[in-house]
Amino acid sequence: MPSITKPLATHPTAQRNQLGLTIRDYEGSMSTLCAGCGHDSITAAIVRALWEQSTPPHRIAKLSGIGCSSKTPTYFVNGAHGFNSAHGRMPAIAAGAIAANCDLTYIGVSGDGDSLSIGLGQLSHAIRRNLKMVYVIENNGVYGLTKGQFSASADLGSKSKRGEANRMAPIDPVRLGLSLGATFVARSFSGDKEQLVPILRAALSHRGFALIDVISPCVTFNDHNGSTKSYLHTRRYSRQLVESDFVPHADEIVADITSAGTTAVKMHDGSTVMFRSVPADYDPTDRAKVSAYLDQHQKDGQILTGLLYIDGESPDVHEMNRTSATPLRELDYSKLCPGSAALDALQEDYR
Amino acid sequence: MHYIAPSRVNDFAFKLANVNGTGSASANGLVMQAIFRMGIPVCGKNLFPSNIQGLPTWYEIRVNKQGYAARAPEYDLMVAMNGQTYKRDIKEVRSGGYLMYDSSWPLDPDLLRDDIHYIGIPLAEMCTAQFGEPRERILMKNIAYAGALCAALDIDMDVVNALLDEKYSAKKALRDSNSKALQLGYQFAKQNFDCPLPFRLEKMDANSDKILIDGNTAAALGCVYAGATVAAWYPITPATSVMDAFKAFCEKYRKDPETGDNNYLILQAEDELAAIGMVIGASWNGARCFTSTAGPGISLMSELLGLAYYAEIPAVVIDVQRVGPSTGMPTRTQQADLLTCAYASHGDTKHILLFPANPNECFHMAIQAFDLAEQFQTPVLMLSDLDIGMNDWVVDRLRFNESYQPNRGRVLDSEALKKIPKFQRYNNEDENFVAARTLPGVDSKGSYFVRGSGHNKFGGYTEIPEEYQEVMDRLLKKHSASAKFVPPPVIEKREGARFGIIAIGGCDPAVKEAHDILTERGIPADYMRICGFPFPDSVEKFLEEHPFTFIVEQNRDAQLKALLTLETGIAKDKMKSLLFYSGFPLSASHVVDQILKEIA
Ligand SMILES: Cc1ncc(C[n+]2csc(CCOP(=O)(O)OP(=O)(O)O)c2C)c(N)n1
Ligand code: SF4
Ligand SMILES: [Mg+2]
Repeated sequence: MPSITKPLATHPTAQRNQLGLTIRDYEGSMSTLCAGCGHDSITAAIVRALWEQSTPPHRIAKLSGIGCSSKTPTYFVNGAHGFNSAHGRMPAIAAGAIAANCDLTYIGVSGDGDSLSIGLGQLSHAIRRNLKMVYVIENNGVYGLTKGQFSASADLGSKSKRGEANRMAPIDPVRLGLSLGATFVARSFSGDKEQLVPILRAALSHRGFALIDVISPCVTFNDHNGSTKSYLHTRRYSRQLVESDFVPHADEIVADITSAGTTAVKMHDGSTVMFRSVPADYDPTDRAKVSAYLDQHQKDGQILTGLLYIDGESPDVHEMNRTSATPLRELDYSKLCPGSAALDALQEDYR
Repeated sequence: MHYIAPSRVNDFAFKLANVNGTGSASANGLVMQAIFRMGIPVCGKNLFPSNIQGLPTWYEIRVNKQGYAARAPEYDLMVAMNGQTYKRDIKEVRSGGYLMYDSSWPLDPDLLRDDIHYIGIPLAEMCTAQFGEPRERILMKNIAYAGALCAALDIDMDVVNALLDEKYSAKKALRDSNSKALQLGYQFAKQNFDCPLPFRLEKMDANSDKILIDGNTAAALGCVYAGATVAAWYPITPATSVMDAFKAFCEKYRKDPETGDNNYLILQAEDELAAIGMVIGASWNGARCFTSTAGPGISLMSELLGLAYYAEIPAVVIDVQRVGPSTGMPTRTQQADLLTCAYASHGDTKHILLFPANPNECFHMAIQAFDLAEQFQTPVLMLSDLDIGMNDWVVDRLRFNESYQPNRGRVLDSEALKKIPKFQRYNNEDENFVAARTLPGVDSKGSYFVRGSGHNKFGGYTEIPEEYQEVMDRLLKKHSASAKFVPPPVIEKREGARFGIIAIGGCDPAVKEAHDILTERGIPADYMRICGFPFPDSVEKFLEEHPFTFIVEQNRDAQLKALLTLETGIAKDKMKSLLFYSGFPLSASHVVDQILKEIA
């Protein structure tokens, strides 16, 4: 995809993370998306979250499929390895990559077309495998790159730019994730960095598949009146269901965990997610309750956002398979080859 | 009219007709293995239906002291255990041959032929009298006919007993019922018929350095020895047993002795689109990874094979070919994926192909597939087939060179990256037009963006014609350069040869035998078996040297000939096709008859 190299200049007083890196060290090439595209704001949030997490850039692997959204990995963390794969096929590439090396930080960026149409099967199975990765769906209700056709996330009755109404029921990635056993499910809005950055940080700490559906308006093809994925509509109807803070391992938890409407969830890496202003009948660690709550409250067109569900206990793909703690790709050949004596012995079984 | 065939030792064929799902496979395997242990060259072909229970299935065994291992053209003996197929089974016995059947029920007089002999053994009757459980009665009927065969063919009972001891060492009750059933059949045949028959077995010593193994097991073993740690697959006949075997070997050899952890990961994918994606992801990330599949899977994998080709990512695919098109005949054999594999995916793509001809080669070529894939940073497809993959073959023992080290290709680590001013993914190619790659997670200096979209030699996105073409041209040169590294053709020349015969893969046993028969009949020819694609120069040279050649292959559309026409400068009218695509493995007479007809 086309991209423009950014000039390299760092302000001397710029803030540094634990690795001594400034936020510029987490940037990528200049975006070539349309001005105002929601995807660019998500890129900025990803840059921020990775910088705040102090993830070493070279330990990050960024993967995507095809679409405007899938172009964005070029626009963050130049020092990371990237894989812009094929339309809808990123989850499988990620599965293989994660199988080979359990130790990197994997971040997948996809679109609603990429993940909910052509790649729905692969996304579903990536969820089931509980691959340890952050998976961001930049959801704009259309195929941006092929010029605005409805995608599978287009809401019933949502109007295309030419005024046609969508007649098919949408696929909601959040409910899809919940029903397939996703261990981390969130929804956010590209225009709400305050909310998105902590969710991304929690996702980066999650041991398993962290699915984040981010409503990300396409200013060129789906930001008009009658669209349910426009900036205006999203601002008007989105409601933060739970407020979550991410507290890194090293930081002390100051909030009162026991107070009403507050829940703390310990992450596998020692960090904590603090949920605040949780509704009375809501428990972000209870899948059935979350689903029921969403069923009840989304009927009226509300877009409920926040880190909606989290399960830090279920095994990820490596635990399920009891794979060695040393990344498979790092095992020395001498450990992998049974040798000629073993081959000779084995062949007695074939006589 | 009764006709007695001259006595033949270690040179005959027989066929066992069964109903699938009744446990006949273990009886047939026992007979096959016993003959192998007697040191006699033997070949077995399982002709089975795409079904779990109740349909006809056949097993053919050919014994040949000279070691010819192709399918036999006719049967000296038919063991007819399936009432549904009596009619056609009886028809297939050669004149003067024998039919062994279950005489618990009378044979329909319409089925009687007066030019063959009948050996009726009351198998069901005997087993019903001796065994209580209905399932046991069915299973033991099979062992009972194996016993009758021991008498009829002079199979060494000590060898059979030793095999049963090994097989049932932990299950005494089963061992006892097997012995009993074996004796029932053996004694009845001995007492009631003139045993052994005029064709029979005699111990030899041809197998001391051989093993009896199927190609899928051998290929899986090759993957273990190649150091593959990740495997991704979707179940499909006839490739499933590759992964079954890989899993079994990994459980044996890849469990960490201290932690009990697995030094491998097998991903059962949701489909073949995903399976190949996983292979690509794992290979990109530095693990040796493979998938095994058959034609329908290759069709699905085509999309991402193009990505791996263009982005230059290693990928190993084992294609165990079956009959197409579409679902075709899943349990029958063919060589019909050649063209699809050679050029899999849209756009200009070309892949490296390996053509093993037997299980021994499956082992070695599987290892080589990983070396080539990593050396050339590209997909390598090993094209086996159902006959090689699922039948037990007598082959040379597998030898593994202890000094073998995987060729991981050009990969720059942090040290190497320090020494260069800037890393450019597709620049600075070596003499084989391969540029160095880096692995994720190692060093920011080596980071780059893999993309299936247009890129220049620096790895950057491009739509500039010259930049795009520069990469595409190098890819073509790289593919051509790999011809020097794929296994060379196996060529056997004959004095006074008038023409050439060319074949690939599983055609080999039949063509080898045909080659000898033709020579004996005063029609010497040269024989070349092609083992890899792109074709090494020696392939074109062979074609040039002969006024004409016969191309023997197992598909309708002459795919090997098409590939030779496309990829060499040889005129296509110099190549005559001998095509066999019934779904059954070849026998030598197919080849001989066709060639005689052509040159008449
Ligand atoms: C196999 C295949 N079919 C079709 C396309 C064309 N195509 C490119 S992007 C795209 C849709 C992308 O939509 P989405 O994932 O929602 O991304 P967005 O552009 O909206 O961010 C399509 C259909 C393709 N690249 N590959
Ligand atoms: S077409 Fe839409 S999705 Fe694509 S870059 Fe433009 S605004 Fe963004
Ligand atoms: Mg979209």
